[in-house]
Amino acid sequence: MIFNTLLIGASSGAIYSLMALALVLVWRSTRVVNFAQAGQAALSTYIGYEIMGRTHNYWLSVPVAMCFGALLAAGVDVLFMRVLARRAQQGPIAEIAPVITTLGLLGLIHSLIGLIWGNAFVQYTSPLSGKGFTIGAQVIPFSPQNLLIVLAAIGVMATFAAIFTFTDLGLSLRAASFQPEIARLAGIRVDRVRTIGWAFAGATGAVAGVVITPTAYLSPNSLDLLLVSGFVAAVIGGLESLIGAVVGGLVLGIGFAFILQYIGSSVTFLAGFIILMVVQLVRPHGFFGHKTSRHA
Amino acid sequence: MTQGLVVKDLSISHGAVSAIHNLSFEIAPGELVALIGSNGAGKTTLLRALSGLIAPQSGTATWHGTSIVKSKPEDLVRAGIVHVSEGKSVIPELTVRENLAIGGLWRRDKEDVLRATNESLKLFPVLNERLSQRADSLSGGERQMLAIARALISRPELLLLDEPSLGLAPLIVEQIFESLNTLRTNVGMTILLVEQNAMGALKIADRGLILNLGTLVGSGAATDLLHDPQLRSAYLGF
Repeated sequence: MIFNTLLIGASSGAIYSLMALALVLVWRSTRVVNFAQAGQAALSTYIGYEIMGRTHNYWLSVPVAMCFGALLAAGVDVLFMRVLARRAQQGPIAEIAPVITTLGLLGLIHSLIGLIWGNAFVQYTSPLSGKGFTIGAQVIPFSPQNLLIVLAAIGVMATFAAIFTFTDLGLSLRAASFQPEIARLAGIRVDRVRTIGWAFAGATGAVAGVVITPTAYLSPNSLDLLLVSGFVAAVIGGLESLIGAVVGGLVLGIGFAFILQYIGSSVTFLAGFIILMVVQLVRPHGFFGHKTSRHA
Repeated sequence: MTQGLVVKDLSISHGAVSAIHNLSFEIAPGELVALIGSNGAGKTTLLRALSGLIAPQSGTATWHGTSIVKSKPEDLVRAGIVHVSEGKSVIPELTVRENLAIGGLWRRDKEDVLRATNESLKLFPVLNERLSQRADSLSGGERQMLAIARALISRPELLLLDEPSLGLAPLIVEQIFESLNTLRTNVGMTILLVEQNAMGALKIADRGLILNLGTLVGSGAATDLLHDPQLRSAYLGF
């Protein structure tokens, strides 16, 4: 029983980790909590759904959705965030303008999806079975689609780990996020590097959308709750840390699975917010963040 | 004739406060010029304008005849102007090796990046033993050396240094100033050294500029400034 709960938790935790990663990538580069991430991921998933509808090839729809998600996010950075960075540089507006903008974008994207595809639930299926694997005589609550979710999350994380650790681009991304001014004085094109960070985040959100949706339905706001869980996971991890985001997601996913199993579904969402509050009060910098706050 | 740095009628303000007014001076290629002044004289503001971090209100600044105001810092680095900003300009979260590497990321000639890295490590051998350590584990002097070493990997023609001696022990300051002297003499690098440590800076400089409340109040050969009793008591404080 505990094993089964762990499996359910790992699968949903993997999705939370992906959403948390997307949020952390943007936070690190631009110091913005990107509320539009849920909308961007949903729009990317609808693109995947559209490709699936036309080609009946799930494995083609996944990379197309990822590329779209990356381009969309890069566009958000170039068209909105760069402009804000220039026009709302100082005073209280500099802090709040990006928040207003990402919330506005979230609404805009929801409406746009509604206009194109309608607001009704649609189904975006994958060729993988949603029925649990059979071990011996027992059917476990972990399907091939759940396996894909976990593998996709591991794949994305391993790719990022490799890029950040071993490549020049990864070093530029880290330098630009830690100390943008020094990075610029060293010749790094920080604006361009930031946009790449946004693109990575957009692709990551798209992956989360296209692998989770076949286990449920797709609607303009079907990924919004995922953003909340991803945000809680990112806060647990300290908002700064990529590893923190992954661990935070898994902890949250497994925690929710146990609460669902042993206490009941009515309290899972409540538990998410309680965890958020407790982390804020006990360790405001999260469990992987740095005690000294850094400013962009 | 090749022009070095030519600054003409430069004015910079922070909001309503004017930090630099109508400042004009020149630095010839290969010169080491010390810019001396007390706190609030506008030294840091001037360097930040010359490296593209802030835009001046009026006036011009050219390097080799090309305007450098309103350029981005990352473009000026490519034009040979590298600024080591105030307060040990390293990235604490990165290792020493990574801090050095960021100075060469933009450069295509990777062989020369390697050569420049080796030269920098020869100039500051203490960094050799610290390559895998995080920069925040270094002492203040080592951080300053790392900041200068990183700048050198970008192969600057004009090096802008903001108070490299700040908060460091005299022996370390001497070592850092000595390395600047080496760069000027052996490499022919043009250096603008901003300092509160007037005595130490003027000892290695060719010329000195004295800045007070945003205007130039004195300039001349470093040896002359060192021996001008009026300037010494009024602005240099020794």
